[in-house]
Amino acid sequence: MTTIQTGAARYTGTRVHRVEDARLLTGRGTFVDDVTRPGMLHACFVRSPFARARIGAIDASAALALPGVRAVFTAADLNPGVHEQWYTSMGKNVPDTPRPAMAEGEARFVGDPVALVVATDRYVAEDAVELVDVDYDPLPPVVDYATAQGGDTLVHEAYAGNVAGSLGGPPSDDLTAALDNAAHDVHLTIHQQAYAPVPMETRGLIAEWSGDELTVWTATQAPHEVRMFLARVLGIGEHQVRVIMRDTGGGFGEKVIPMREDMCIALAATKLPAPLKWIEDRRENLLAAGMSRHEHGDVRMGIDDEGRIVGAYIDHTQDIGAYPAPWPVGTAAAVGMLFPGPYRVPLAGFRTTSVFSNTSARIAYRGPWQFESLAREVLLDIAARRIGMDPIELRRRNLLQRDELPYANANGMPYSDVTPAETLDQALAMLDYDAFRREQAEARAAGRYLGVGTCTYVEPTTTGMSYYGTEGATIRIEPSGKINVYVAGGSTGNSLETAVVQLTADALGADIADVRTIQGDTAVTPFGAGTGGSRSGSMLAGAVRETASLLRAKLVAIAAHQLEASPDDIELTESHARVRGTPTASVSLARIADIAYFKPHKLPPGIDVGLEASARYRAESPTIWANASHVCTCEVDVTTGAVTIDRYIVSEDCGPMINPNVVEGQIAGGSVQGIGGALFEHLVYDEDGNPLATTFMDYLLPTATDVPVIEYGHIETPAPGPGGFKGVGEGGAIGAPPAVVNAVADALAPLGVEITRLPLTPAAIVDLIESAR
Amino acid sequence: MGDIEIELQVNGEASRAAVPPRLTLADYLRERCGLTGTHLGCEHGVCGACSVLLDGEAVRACLVFAVQANGREVTTIEGLGGPDGDLSSVQAAFRDHHGLQCGFCTPGFVVSVTAFLRDNPDPTDQQIREGLSGNLCRCTGYQGIFAAVRAAAGESTTAVAVGGSGTDPGS
Repeated sequence: MTTIQTGAARYTGTRVHRVEDARLLTGRGTFVDDVTRPGMLHACFVRSPFARARIGAIDASAALALPGVRAVFTAADLNPGVHEQWYTSMGKNVPDTPRPAMAEGEARFVGDPVALVVATDRYVAEDAVELVDVDYDPLPPVVDYATAQGGDTLVHEAYAGNVAGSLGGPPSDDLTAALDNAAHDVHLTIHQQAYAPVPMETRGLIAEWSGDELTVWTATQAPHEVRMFLARVLGIGEHQVRVIMRDTGGGFGEKVIPMREDMCIALAATKLPAPLKWIEDRRENLLAAGMSRHEHGDVRMGIDDEGRIVGAYIDHTQDIGAYPAPWPVGTAAAVGMLFPGPYRVPLAGFRTTSVFSNTSARIAYRGPWQFESLAREVLLDIAARRIGMDPIELRRRNLLQRDELPYANANGMPYSDVTPAETLDQALAMLDYDAFRREQAEARAAGRYLGVGTCTYVEPTTTGMSYYGTEGATIRIEPSGKINVYVAGGSTGNSLETAVVQLTADALGADIADVRTIQGDTAVTPFGAGTGGSRSGSMLAGAVRETASLLRAKLVAIAAHQLEASPDDIELTESHARVRGTPTASVSLARIADIAYFKPHKLPPGIDVGLEASARYRAESPTIWANASHVCTCEVDVTTGAVTIDRYIVSEDCGPMINPNVVEGQIAGGSVQGIGGALFEHLVYDEDGNPLATTFMDYLLPTATDVPVIEYGHIETPAPGPGGFKGVGEGGAIGAPPAVVNAVADALAPLGVEITRLPLTPAAIVDLIESAR
Repeated sequence: MGDIEIELQVNGEASRAAVPPRLTLADYLRERCGLTGTHLGCEHGVCGACSVLLDGEAVRACLVFAVQANGREVTTIEGLGGPDGDLSSVQAAFRDHHGLQCGFCTPGFVVSVTAFLRDNPDPTDQQIREGLSGNLCRCTGYQGIFAAVRAAAGESTTAVAVGGSGTDPGS
């Protein structure tokens, strides 16, 4: 059965069916928990029940006596095996924060792995976990990062005042003067709660040690990084590690780098005679897979009496938990650098401080710097309300226009190829903003509270730096003329297989049904940094372009020789080489491949046998900028505090689209994660550091009844680079929280409510309304 | 407690085994039957990824013990399409409307929707949303899933009828 549209002139830009779907729809995908190895053992972690405790004696004798238990490992067994521990994206020279495999000496959050039980069966392993007796001596924890800075109680002794690092500094004298003298000096503190990527598939891996080779099956966004990282941990060569992933059930940043449990399982596997599987359960995932977004900013913006921004400053503080991954200090700078956003802000500054707490690790999550947009866009709405100006009008007076580009913002971020004014206009036209304002006024007269909120942002995608700056592809046109494309992979729902097949079919003039792709096995795929940083579209397009151009030249040469035509007259289309203007003169790809492999005497002079090529793409620019505007309307029930989102519009400029279905799917998924963050999701701790949201009954993900129909608008400005493509994976999660917060705040503005703290649960909204009375 | 003998029908085939009483139906299907399309997303009955049909009713296989399925009929995601790989109308609608991304939650959705459309062949939009609200998806924002169910509901419902306990989809 053909599930893809074949015979098209061009596949890029069309809504072709996904090549992933046939197996995933029928239960035949291969996620890590679906992999079984002969003799495989199962692991389960003993985790600290205390936010902070000295770890005393660990007595595993009762656990080891349980039939089926094969081993119990502690820090003493595993941690000495760690040779080097650092992430390729960061390099080994950053002042990295601590990251032991197993908790050693002290447990630093509830869920900190203290011991590892290995048994013949997961049920037995879980039984045995209950039998491991750990002598804990509880210590006072640092639970609230916001008050932890400068305190005497320390998460890590080596970090005075609990500060892992700080970048930037106080506002310059010029900026201070501009803010002090502005007609409107708006100063707020905005707080965001901890929430998390929460992929539907938890983390997991199987590690199989053969004596001098480690094979790992895992759920990852970046198989090659898992390979490099674990090779360093074990002190073996990169070529002694093979990492395999086929299907990964979502990542959103959580699976972009291996974490402490991955180290433990790989280390334990080297001490066992059989493969070892660990599949995280949901409770562990919500306890220990990390959190994001927990931060606040003291923000200040000066606006003149004509509504022009004269300066902006953010003093940003983020919770990094006990064992952040990766090093969080450098990445936080993006919050400050991007705080001016798509606006004309002549003077700006920032400081960002990363503070430890005895909670789950800060990890990457889709648009890790999104607080810049939340803080700026919420501040703009509050400023507009205080000034007495429509928030759209305030934005329009300050949004960068096309003729101002390229434009370096006041922190030096060099924007180019963006269209923030256009996306805002398009989204507001889709809404009919004026009509909504009329409807809102009528509703208010009738005692109903409707609101509209927006967010416009610019977003750096596809970083061209070091580890992320290159991507390779190998293309094999097989002897039959069928095509396999090999790229690093790391697809976690973002349709990299489909995208690569589309791009390759076009690059070689092949029928899409003749193209397949192999991804996610480090033994056969070229190095690549995987899914992250909204990089895959542009980078894979570059890799396919570079490699396909080598093969195109060869196909054309062989075809021209065969058809006795000039190479300049050969075109490749529908898996045939044809002589332009002479439709009858053609040779199939299958025939060319047959010649290339098996009839070398028919090859033109100087052309080698075979039809296989490898090449690498080097990013053409340090960053590809994308942008979008989100517009949300809602109704708030002022009695119950319930928010109903009525319309949700995203106008985005990601350049030309490889596959509009995939683009819109990314926007929708990211936006709904952002809606969840604004309204529901909260990885909350009590004052003793006990996590209170460790099931899906407590950690509330949006459901189908919570989300609106998302409407899409596209503005298409090509980026520098292959195909003009920009990144689109992360943006939805950046734009949604401020749009939702602003919509709720707009609805409640008549009641005098000002919103500066998330999430907007019904209880929080009722509290806001009551305290405004 | 010793193992218990069970015999059930799985996707139309007899399945017999001696199982521990605490073995979940999900683990039985995945580990004993090799039917790994039933996925475990939470193991506490909220996410719906492990949904299967038990005598035609959608249930969470993580909340059912294998012994409770003794003598009953189970249909998993692997049993919904045609034997030659043809997609059911619900599966095809998910493909046509980008109703899946990573695919981890997808089997649970397809199973739940299959039962939902059998019982509600002409649902309103709100009924569809409520019907979907027992399954969690983190990738799609439910946009493609909703569109897929809307489209599948518009088609003939004959293709979605699955073995069951005598529920008459036409009544």
